[in-house]
Amino acid sequence: MKKKKKGWKELPIGLVTEPASSLEFETGDWRSEKPIWDEKKCTHCLICWIYCPDSAIIVKDGKVQGIDYRYCKGCGICAEECPPKIKAITMVREEK
Amino acid sequence: MALLEIRWHGRGGQGAKTAALLFGDAAVETGKYIQAFPEYGPERMGAPVFAFNRISNEPILQHCGIKNPQIVVVLDPTLMETVDVTEGLPDDGVVLVNTQKTAADIKKQLKLTTQAVYVVDASKISKDILKRDLPNTPMLGALIKVSKLLDFKAMLESVKHRLEHKFPTRPEVVEGNIKAIKRAYEEVMA
Amino acid sequence: MIVARTGNEAMAEAMRQINPDVVAAYPITPATEVVQLFSSFVHDGLVDTEFVPAESEHSAISACAGAAAAGARVMTSTASQGLALMHEILFIAAGLRAPIVICLVNRSLSSPINIHCDHSDTLASRDAGWIQIYAENAQEAYDTTIQAVKIAEEALLPALVTTDAFIISHGMERVELVDDKAVPKFLGERKVKHSLLDVDNPVTLGPLDLQDYFFEHKRSEIDAMNHVLPTIEKVQKEYGDKFGRYYSTVEEYKLDDADVAILAMGSTAGTAKVAVERLREQGKKVGLIRSRVYRPFPQTAMLKAMTKVKVVGIMDRADTLSTLGGHLYTECRSILYDADNRPLLKNYIYGLGGRDISIEEIEAMYDELLTIQKSGQVDKNIVYYGVRGE
Repeated sequence: MKKKKKGWKELPIGLVTEPASSLEFETGDWRSEKPIWDEKKCTHCLICWIYCPDSAIIVKDGKVQGIDYRYCKGCGICAEECPPKIKAITMVREEK
Repeated sequence: MALLEIRWHGRGGQGAKTAALLFGDAAVETGKYIQAFPEYGPERMGAPVFAFNRISNEPILQHCGIKNPQIVVVLDPTLMETVDVTEGLPDDGVVLVNTQKTAADIKKQLKLTTQAVYVVDASKISKDILKRDLPNTPMLGALIKVSKLLDFKAMLESVKHRLEHKFPTRPEVVEGNIKAIKRAYEEVMA
Repeated sequence: MIVARTGNEAMAEAMRQINPDVVAAYPITPATEVVQLFSSFVHDGLVDTEFVPAESEHSAISACAGAAAAGARVMTSTASQGLALMHEILFIAAGLRAPIVICLVNRSLSSPINIHCDHSDTLASRDAGWIQIYAENAQEAYDTTIQAVKIAEEALLPALVTTDAFIISHGMERVELVDDKAVPKFLGERKVKHSLLDVDNPVTLGPLDLQDYFFEHKRSEIDAMNHVLPTIEKVQKEYGDKFGRYYSTVEEYKLDDADVAILAMGSTAGTAKVAVERLREQGKKVGLIRSRVYRPFPQTAMLKAMTKVKVVGIMDRADTLSTLGGHLYTECRSILYDADNRPLLKNYIYGLGGRDISIEEIEAMYDELLTIQKSGQVDKNIVYYGVRGE
């Protein structure tokens, strides 16, 4: 959905922007493949959380909770890095 | 006082610029408007150099070079052989030279007729007192006498102040220079 | 306090009294003394400044841009090739709206190599988004350095204050200094809306800005420049009311009843004033216009001044190498396009590489302008004055 962009008079002066504005920039619709996380197989080693370039692995109290599909771009790094004996994340096609 | 312009002739290292600055500084302390500026070229020890002063009771607006100085100060007599020290000097101009010769000799050497010539052996004074040939400060004393522009005592105070700032740990340099200025003031003659 | 100071010494004194938070600098003739003296003030504990001796002008101005963007009051000094090396960062500083003040000494840009005065260095930076103010003498250099800090911080744009190489930078003059305590009082603390050191309210500075927002940010910067002149006028007046020395963006000298005028910038304007006085004694109605502020271009005041006379001789101490003449000439021609009572214009490119310009030469220019007034004809629009072989 396109948001209306601001005119020059509404912008803060001198290329100053609010911090963490990337939170407003949801990249979830960039995906053609989607990671599916299997809670039963997961050992919570957090390797996927370390590797995810978009901080899209949701972790609470040291345990993986799931994947934040608002930001996940479907790159598949989490599925690739999940240890071969565990394979708790698999990529599936986004197309319905 | 109308605008007065002075040209200093020296050799790189003899302190022509310093003399012009000291003179300008002293003149400001006695309430005058001044300019003091060197002519910057390649700065080499021994090469002929120029420095200039303007003095007036009114603000000085022009920032061009000085072509017709009323007073010329020559810090080194050998310059007269290679540099036209009287260039642009008006008929009522004044030439002040550091030399062992008499004013009459210099007048003849420079082929001057109407202009006034004053001489003082500033190099000897400097060697006697400062043990070095630094004619610039004694010539300052002679200039004050010849130009009758500034109060001598006020000028001495000003020079002392500036030298103390420049040589904070060497009072003998300050005292020596003051002594040399006083002696040149006494010994300069027409 | 009345003292004898060179232009460089006067600017360094102003910096000492301003007591900036950060000075990052790299020395270059003829501006070296400014930071050399300032570094001795740092050493002697006379200022609280964080002094950064950088390894190049590019690094120096980069450090300045960072510090100013972080919220500090920042100054530096340079000349000629030094400003040219800063060129890339000049635009960045202006875009970041970092109110840096540079004490600049106008020196010719190479080649050939030269250390003396012309205005080619700052005029080549005219489109960088910096305020540019050209001082006529050491007193004005001192006063304007102090004013520039306030102007830059209020406008949120960086500023250059310039003097003519050697003529002013190394020429000693009578200068009246303001009381040490009065300067910080006049300036106040720098008020910062976004500081990088404010960890409770973090901001991002200088991010990538593409087709979707770059134009808006640039438009905002242009708008800031469009509103600087009233700020300059306000600060000039505040300074005058407080310390007794008043300046205007465009100075008019004996202009009201003049038939012809010369327009000049920097120290030459003083020499031209003496020429005006001498010619007035001969009954010739001549006047002078001095562009003290060059960026932003003071077009309303300039237009008002120029349309008072029939002929204006525009003295440019640089050439645009565009076949169009000097910087002041091309811009003045441009603002006159829509004016009624357009004066005739003649462009004198003069004084390149420090070539001296005398009172007599300027008198001769005025005589030429008076002849143009009589004939109504300018036979040659652009002339190179004082160069051999013309």
